[in-house]
Amino acid sequence: MRLSHRLPGTLPPREHELRQRFLQQVELVPGGDRLSRCLQCGTCTGSCPVSYAMDLSPRTMIALFRAGMIEEILQSRSIWICASCYMCTTRCPQQIKITDLLYALKRVAMEKKLYPDRFPVYLLSRSFVRLLYRYGRNHELLLVLLFQLRRDPLQLLRMLPLGLAMYRRGRLALWPKRIRGIAAIRQMIEAARTLELPREVQPLEFVPGTVGYRALGQLPEKAV
Amino acid sequence: MEYLYYPGCSLEGAARQYDESLRAVFRALGIGLRELEDWNCCGATIYMSVDETTSLAVSARNLALAGRDGQRQLIAPCSACYTVLLKTNRFLRESPELRDKVDALLEKAGLSYRLNVTVRHPLDVLVNDVGIERIAAAASRRLEGLRLALYYGCQIVRPERGFDHHEFPETMDRLFRALGAEPVYYPVKTRCCGGMLMTTFQDVCLDLVRELLACAVENGAQCLLTTCPMCQVNVEAYQEEVNKRFKTSYRVPVLFFTQLLGLALGCEEKSLGLQRNLIPLEVGVGAA
Repeated sequence: MRLSHRLPGTLPPREHELRQRFLQQVELVPGGDRLSRCLQCGTCTGSCPVSYAMDLSPRTMIALFRAGMIEEILQSRSIWICASCYMCTTRCPQQIKITDLLYALKRVAMEKKLYPDRFPVYLLSRSFVRLLYRYGRNHELLLVLLFQLRRDPLQLLRMLPLGLAMYRRGRLALWPKRIRGIAAIRQMIEAARTLELPREVQPLEFVPGTVGYRALGQLPEKAV
Repeated sequence: MEYLYYPGCSLEGAARQYDESLRAVFRALGIGLRELEDWNCCGATIYMSVDETTSLAVSARNLALAGRDGQRQLIAPCSACYTVLLKTNRFLRESPELRDKVDALLEKAGLSYRLNVTVRHPLDVLVNDVGIERIAAAASRRLEGLRLALYYGCQIVRPERGFDHHEFPETMDRLFRALGAEPVYYPVKTRCCGGMLMTTFQDVCLDLVRELLACAVENGAQCLLTTCPMCQVNVEAYQEEVNKRFKTSYRVPVLFFTQLLGLALGCEEKSLGLQRNLIPLEVGVGAA
């Protein structure tokens, strides 16, 4: 922890930039400003089915944000583990939109490229966005192929029996369908890029091992 | 009354039997269902992590298409589509700033959206519009004694708090009880199956799926019913993976609720896509 920067009222420039970006994203979430009402009660963490696999719990994330340590959050694996089940959001006594705030954090981390090499969530999102741009719909087989070819091609072999079983039952569409309005969708997606004021995005360096990624791949044993 | 139907991408692939059985059930009940023309992917949970405005605009294109000729009810069977479309409606209603942006983007596609589409889940439509009594009266087979784990998953009851309680929903329980089945005690009915974590963090996801299976088996369920394509794939197709990892021997059939409902309504097995399930339902369903 960079305690040298913990003087009251000061934030290091990097932290400041990330914080600004996050707050801009929060403005786009209806009810996002409720973040400031957090009581630190921990209902979110206790309700989360995957908090056991997180390096920072949802409650801790809000505490760190308040302490001016947003980079710790962005470099954690926690934001990527959330499966969007919204249990925390519906249980929060202060109606904080925790799941939506996690989406906002993911967007900042994606934009700033704060994740390790060959990071699965990033690769999956990229493949998904490409398919939507190309066909207007998702295509399961192509999604898996695009994703695994970059992530771990050997996995494709492991998945083959399941793929074949699905194929034999007519549950694996081989060819993608392109929608008729594809040109319109592409125009929308391209126009969306210019909607925000031109702003230079400086990717930040990802420093492995500084925060929770040390634990990546070695999950804590879950108490049964 | 005719409903518009937004199948969503999975129903063209891994969840084809959901599409088939949904259509068969609506046909059997004599309710009009018309597929939305040229629909596109809703953006799912993934696009939200990349860019919010684009994700809302992509999803709003479907709503704009649906509402072109006035007030419409749009049925979205996939939980992710359902939540995303509902959420798009709410965000556009609550935030004028987002609405302006999305309107500007829709204009590029030659569309406009007047917030005149209501997004519905088929379970909601069947129970609250058609009614359990009418369905029970139309049933030609009884599901007597069939012990079911009714799994709602997370996204149809949260976060938009739609047609049922967000932690202890009862809609499916009431429906299948009326058809003679026995819903077992299933406290994890709205617990998360992990969704896309099966692709990104499989260890975590298998853990979640094991809990869903363990709870169903411990409470004596013969079959698990789901309302969501992702839950179905995670719990059915990865059951072998769970068994390997945790040295268990689960073999629980995982059906879409419309498949079993269709059986009760006397639809042909083939029209319900039952042959597409990896683990077949081996319990007979008796005549009325």
